[in-house]
Amino acid sequence: MPESAPAPTHEAAHHEPENWVLKYLWSTDHKVIAMQYLVTGVFMALIGGFFAYAFRMQLAFPGAEVPGYGLVSPSDYNALVTNHGTIMIFWVAMPVLVAAFGNFLIPLMVGCDDMVFPKINRLSFQVFFLSAVVLLASFFVEGGAFGGAWTAYPPLSAVGEYSLTPLGSTLWLVAVALEFVAFLLGGINFITTAMNSRAPGMRLYDIPIVVWMIVIASVLFMLSVGPLIAGAIMLFMDQQVGTGFFDPARGGDPILWQHLFWFFGHPEVYVVLLPALGITAEIICIFSRKKLFAYRTILYTVFATGILSFTVWAHHQFIAGIDPRMAHIFTITTLLISVPIAEMCFVYIATLYKGSITLNTPMLWGLAFIFEFLIGGVTGIFLGASGADIYFHDTYFVLAHFHYTFFPIAIIGTYAGITLWFPKMFGKMLNDRLGKIHFWGTIIPFNLIFIPLFFLGGLGQHRRIYDYVHFPELMRENVLFGLGMQDLRVLATVSLLVMLAFQVVFFVNVYLSLKNGPRAGRNPWKATTLEWLTPSPPPHGNFAELPTVYRGAYEYSHPDRQEDYWPQWEPEFGPGAGRG
Amino acid sequence: MAGLHAAAPLRVIRDPRPPPRLPNTVFGTLAFVVTELMFFAGMVSAFSIARAGSVLGWPPPGQPRLPQMETAVNSFALLLSGLLLYIAGRRFARQRRSARAPLFFAIALGLFFVASQGVEWVALIREGLTLTSSQHGGFFYLIVGSHAVHAAAALCVLAMVALRLLRGRLQSSTFTAARIFWYFVVGIWPALYLLVYL
Repeated sequence: MPESAPAPTHEAAHHEPENWVLKYLWSTDHKVIAMQYLVTGVFMALIGGFFAYAFRMQLAFPGAEVPGYGLVSPSDYNALVTNHGTIMIFWVAMPVLVAAFGNFLIPLMVGCDDMVFPKINRLSFQVFFLSAVVLLASFFVEGGAFGGAWTAYPPLSAVGEYSLTPLGSTLWLVAVALEFVAFLLGGINFITTAMNSRAPGMRLYDIPIVVWMIVIASVLFMLSVGPLIAGAIMLFMDQQVGTGFFDPARGGDPILWQHLFWFFGHPEVYVVLLPALGITAEIICIFSRKKLFAYRTILYTVFATGILSFTVWAHHQFIAGIDPRMAHIFTITTLLISVPIAEMCFVYIATLYKGSITLNTPMLWGLAFIFEFLIGGVTGIFLGASGADIYFHDTYFVLAHFHYTFFPIAIIGTYAGITLWFPKMFGKMLNDRLGKIHFWGTIIPFNLIFIPLFFLGGLGQHRRIYDYVHFPELMRENVLFGLGMQDLRVLATVSLLVMLAFQVVFFVNVYLSLKNGPRAGRNPWKATTLEWLTPSPPPHGNFAELPTVYRGAYEYSHPDRQEDYWPQWEPEFGPGAGRG
Repeated sequence: MAGLHAAAPLRVIRDPRPPPRLPNTVFGTLAFVVTELMFFAGMVSAFSIARAGSVLGWPPPGQPRLPQMETAVNSFALLLSGLLLYIAGRRFARQRRSARAPLFFAIALGLFFVASQGVEWVALIREGLTLTSSQHGGFFYLIVGSHAVHAAAALCVLAMVALRLLRGRLQSSTFTAARIFWYFVVGIWPALYLLVYL
């Protein structure tokens, strides 16, 4: 942008591309890139879900042939579990929640025509796509895909003779590193766009909360990812060059990797949590017709969460041999970070209080997010306290806990966002009845999968075991309501099958709604933020003319208005009037 | 985005906003530099932990000493290059053509730094310090090598800037962003030198 000119013109400089390839595959339009991220993320979610299906079937019916997969060998099992975790976090939660919603929403919600660096944005998706290809390719190399858990602890991950997947573990590492580069490029765009390209009149406190959340998530990502990229380079050299950074047999320190990994790994939880919290905030305001309770408090709380999230990482390593006095410190910081998150839940409930609540599909997803995430948060208290974690570590209790945090984030949060912004993305309304069937068909089985796993973990069921038949103490009868431990495993697996089957309803709903759904119009939810000002779907360049912002993002049930909402773009006294 | 809408005619939207305090390029570069700082912070803390935990002394017996004096001269050249680039920035704001000489000398000193690092590496490898010879060698090549890669990349950026300056097409925000990146490369070097070489 030429800055020598006194008032730079904000040009709609790029024509709408005519060519199909330029328009959908090589586009620099933030909405197209958002769709590319969304479609890739959903595709990867299907693969991750299929992996979960294969290894859950093995756990419920050990040694039986899994329909659609075949026999699950022990090394298959390890590769499936590892890549299920890796895919769901790095190739589903990140691209959908941060990249897809970030790309789609930030320029529309802050009122500009595109990202400030459109070509870097395109490069970001291309690198991300390449990373997905590299990850999937690792299943087809000699030795198979990496099976050393998504945390890739050395020396297992560092030495090919230990992991037996010399090439698979390197491809896994390269894929993860490429994925980080992609989100680094995306993050620079998100932060700069939200800070520099806001519509005239939009002050910092007028930015919709979901934009803030994605921006702060990007900041957290960019601050935490550096050490892990350094660690990834070191691990790569351990694997392929023969250095000994992490391999004790060559003089290295395996705990060092854990520190580098979790210094990123824990803020990463908040990187994906914050966008989901933001989406929920938008939904709760729109469908309870209430102003967001304590906008600024939420913002400060998120800043506090972001800072605290850098001080909790070693709670993943309580039994890795760290000093018990250090464990006390990390226990305290971990329990502290539950305070701002709990506060956020209270603020959302306060927003609902005395609201005029519509229980449609997006609202159900939003409320379910708070409810289910709360269970994840409360069970996390046990794991954050080092005294209890010593016993819970590496059991199914941990597994159930983080699925109660990540499932609400990655799946419930995504469905909440898609059902809310589907009319804006595609110009058609989703069917509410099918949406509710899909909602209940997902939420009930989800709880039936993971509640039994809490009990199994409490009974001492260890993670990462392929077949429990040879562990008599883990095959006890009559542990819960007359069910045995194996019965609980079967219950979890059957619930998973039901949940996966109900996902078909969603795809049918999308297909039917795109084909026959009613047109959405500009503002079907009567919402106040800027993305509802443009036609649905928004044209290339987003806005016919640059909008001006006159007030905060959540003016619902305003007493001075005949309609109950007051959009950000509507002037007080006729067009062109300034801020009151 | 199925083509539900006709192609909108190209129109220039007048933007009433004042230009942002930090131009986009500068803002984006700063965000990137912060990430880079964390990248080096991660490596340096890993190095410090490994060094503090070494029982055989650092560098370990049988491993060559690092050329402290030669690198000190080298570091001086790099710092001087940063200073010259600062002068180039000041002159660019007053009169664009006058920035040429300090910019070229800054690039030349940067090239001298990277080249003599390369010469130093060849000597060290001959003396038996390699990536796999010890933890010491691994960390040395990892940290100093990462810095050298950054220096080489930054020199490419500066060369592009110089080319644009010669053609009279250099925007001040691009120049600022390139300078920030070079200051980053120059600025972390003394810390790396003190930690790794001494």
